[in-house]
Amino acid sequence: MKFLSLIVKNALRNKRRSLLTITSLAMSLCLLGVLIAMYHAIYLTEAPANQARRMVTRHKVSIIFGMPVYYREKIAQVPGVQAVVATQWFQGEYKNERQDRRLFFPRFAADVDRLFDVFTSYSMPAEQKQEFIRDRLGCVVSDTLANRLNFKLGDKITIKGDIFPFEIDLTVRGIFASEENLEALYFNNKVIEEWLKSRGSNRSFAGTFTVLADSPDNVPRISKAIDELFANSETATRTESEQAFALSFLAFIGNVKLILLSICAAVTFTIVLVAANTMAMSIRERTREIGVMKTLGFTREMILGMVLGESALISLLGGAIGLLIAAGLCAGVRAAMGSMIFQLQNLGMEPSVLALLLGISIFVGVCSAVIPAWNAARMPILSALKFTD
Amino acid sequence: MAIPIAYNIRNLVVRRTTTIMTALGIALTVAVLAAALAVGAGLAKAFRATGHPNHLLLLRKGSTSELISSVPIPVFKERIKLRNGVAKSAKGEPMASPETILVVSLPSVEAPEGMNLTLRALGQVGLEMREDCRIIDGRWFQPGRREIVVGSAVAKRYPDAQIGKKITFGRGQWDVVGVFDSEQMARNSEIWGDFDQISGDFNRLETASSVLVRADDEVALEALKNELNTDVQLQVEIMTEKAYYAAQTDSADPLKFLGIFVAVIMAIGSCFAAMNTMYAAVARRSKEIGTLRILGFSKGSILLSFFVESILIAALGGLLGLLLVLPLNGVTTGVGSNLTFAEIGFELKITPPIAAAGMAFALFMGALGGLLPAGSAARKEILTALRDV
Repeated sequence: MKFLSLIVKNALRNKRRSLLTITSLAMSLCLLGVLIAMYHAIYLTEAPANQARRMVTRHKVSIIFGMPVYYREKIAQVPGVQAVVATQWFQGEYKNERQDRRLFFPRFAADVDRLFDVFTSYSMPAEQKQEFIRDRLGCVVSDTLANRLNFKLGDKITIKGDIFPFEIDLTVRGIFASEENLEALYFNNKVIEEWLKSRGSNRSFAGTFTVLADSPDNVPRISKAIDELFANSETATRTESEQAFALSFLAFIGNVKLILLSICAAVTFTIVLVAANTMAMSIRERTREIGVMKTLGFTREMILGMVLGESALISLLGGAIGLLIAAGLCAGVRAAMGSMIFQLQNLGMEPSVLALLLGISIFVGVCSAVIPAWNAARMPILSALKFTD
Repeated sequence: MAIPIAYNIRNLVVRRTTTIMTALGIALTVAVLAAALAVGAGLAKAFRATGHPNHLLLLRKGSTSELISSVPIPVFKERIKLRNGVAKSAKGEPMASPETILVVSLPSVEAPEGMNLTLRALGQVGLEMREDCRIIDGRWFQPGRREIVVGSAVAKRYPDAQIGKKITFGRGQWDVVGVFDSEQMARNSEIWGDFDQISGDFNRLETASSVLVRADDEVALEALKNELNTDVQLQVEIMTEKAYYAAQTDSADPLKFLGIFVAVIMAIGSCFAAMNTMYAAVARRSKEIGTLRILGFSKGSILLSFFVESILIAALGGLLGLLLVLPLNGVTTGVGSNLTFAEIGFELKITPPIAAAGMAFALFMGALGGLLPAGSAARKEILTALRDV
């Protein structure tokens, strides 16, 4: 510890260089921070307690195919299933969303009377719930969505259908809060059924069933039981946890896991390069001084520790500043991409991510200084004193 | 008079460790940028090149994708097939092809749990209209048989889509009998089979997803488009086949967004690193700068010389970066199309404009990083510079 002031003095000796190095490291570490936070948000975030009990059943081949709606009653009989709701992705177009992507939000048709039995984490005043069930053309929106697009109770929302080519005029009857922070609009699936009937079709299909299990531990067992139930029928199903279901959409963007990891590797490598380069320059300039220190009785270990300490200090400072910027950037990415990639709505600097990154910055500092520090510590006094640059 | 560039090159060689380290930092930045742009360029190439100039694609009114569109077969027979201006095949048949789009799920190299692929059911006319597609292995499917052919991008990435193997969808198994390839790359990501056979399996004999029509020539194309548009009973959305595919190019936007975001932040870090290196170079060569001034080189030529040196490092970095990313050229990968909900295979392309953009990016970093240090070199007082140790 008595060397701490020496280390600080050394780090401050060439202020401009230290400042440039710290800024450079801060930028790279901030980037690494955002990327690791993304990875964490997408792959490592545990589902909230309620979501962990939900699973989604869909057509085995693709989400674009429907399943007979009577599957709902069969699924409800599987032991451990508490509630089932049929949901249908409606898509369609809100205002001019094809020109302005920010107007996009997920829209589902669902069994209104069962919706809140399954999504137990959605909370809404009882009278709003009643209004929603009463009004056939009513809809509910999540508070996240209502805040973003400024929807109020009683507002009209017109959606021009495309999968189901008809226009619906919905009225906002309720705004629900959810612990998942998701964006969604739900309306009565009877509307679709009636439209199909008016065209002489008696098809009654559901795009997905969302199933609530009695406990998270039973989700794998129930998923298997549901799929076995329909394995030999004409329409086989695939059931997975709601979280896994959401992740399967991410595969559409590309191999996100590999891309994130390889960029992280490239960034870390760059950081080590920058830090090593600076430390090498800075030690080289001080060769003679180190010779003098040795004549004064500083041991090899002391010199080694001094150099490593200086490097770690600079990296740690860079890391700390980088993480501050990263926290800000996370908010930006969340706002820009949260509606595109649902998992990123949880993006933030979690304590585990913070700890990992501070660890990485110290590691980078020590790693990058090992070779110059070793060389400096090993150099014979005479050649150090004779050294001219 | 300008200081010879050889002076800078020799300097870089003498300080090769620092030079290479700084250049490597820039190289990785350029590599990330080029890779992101290569994804965009590859996908754009696949889609922009697809579509016959005289082809019109007819979808149901309001739909943007073949997947959610439907056109009744009677409408096709009565109101589309026999119009004037529809080109005739060698056998004298009208070149208008009703086609049905479905999705099948197959395990791919990257996604063993299965990726969605487009399955297109079409008749012999449909095959004739796609002269660009050649069979490169096996043969075409025969009408009336449960046979399918797969695009070359499918054959490359899906172990099950090989000649002699069977694929299960609809009501049973289908034999893979051929692999086709086309310059119009988006086609290579599809699986094709006989219209009647496949539609029968899915109970879809009464409707098609879309109709592809060839006009005699460009004039006839416009006339046909107007005529179909004014037919109120038809209720179709009409676009050129080329425009339909071009609209899918933005499927790669999330990946491109991520790549550019990363590259820009890395670039700021690399800029500071380059600045650091150049400041160190200036500091170490104080005496040299003084000597050069005494010899009669002006402040301007000193400034230029150091600036050029920074640009040289950046150019080396840019070159290294492009070399790093070059192996990606031609690698086949896939993303989910935003319109068809199925995977589109494409080749990453490091095009000359991308290489130029990467190089320009590198030089820009070098210029920004070199400007201030070069300025400080030029401002040095001759006497103090000479006295510097």
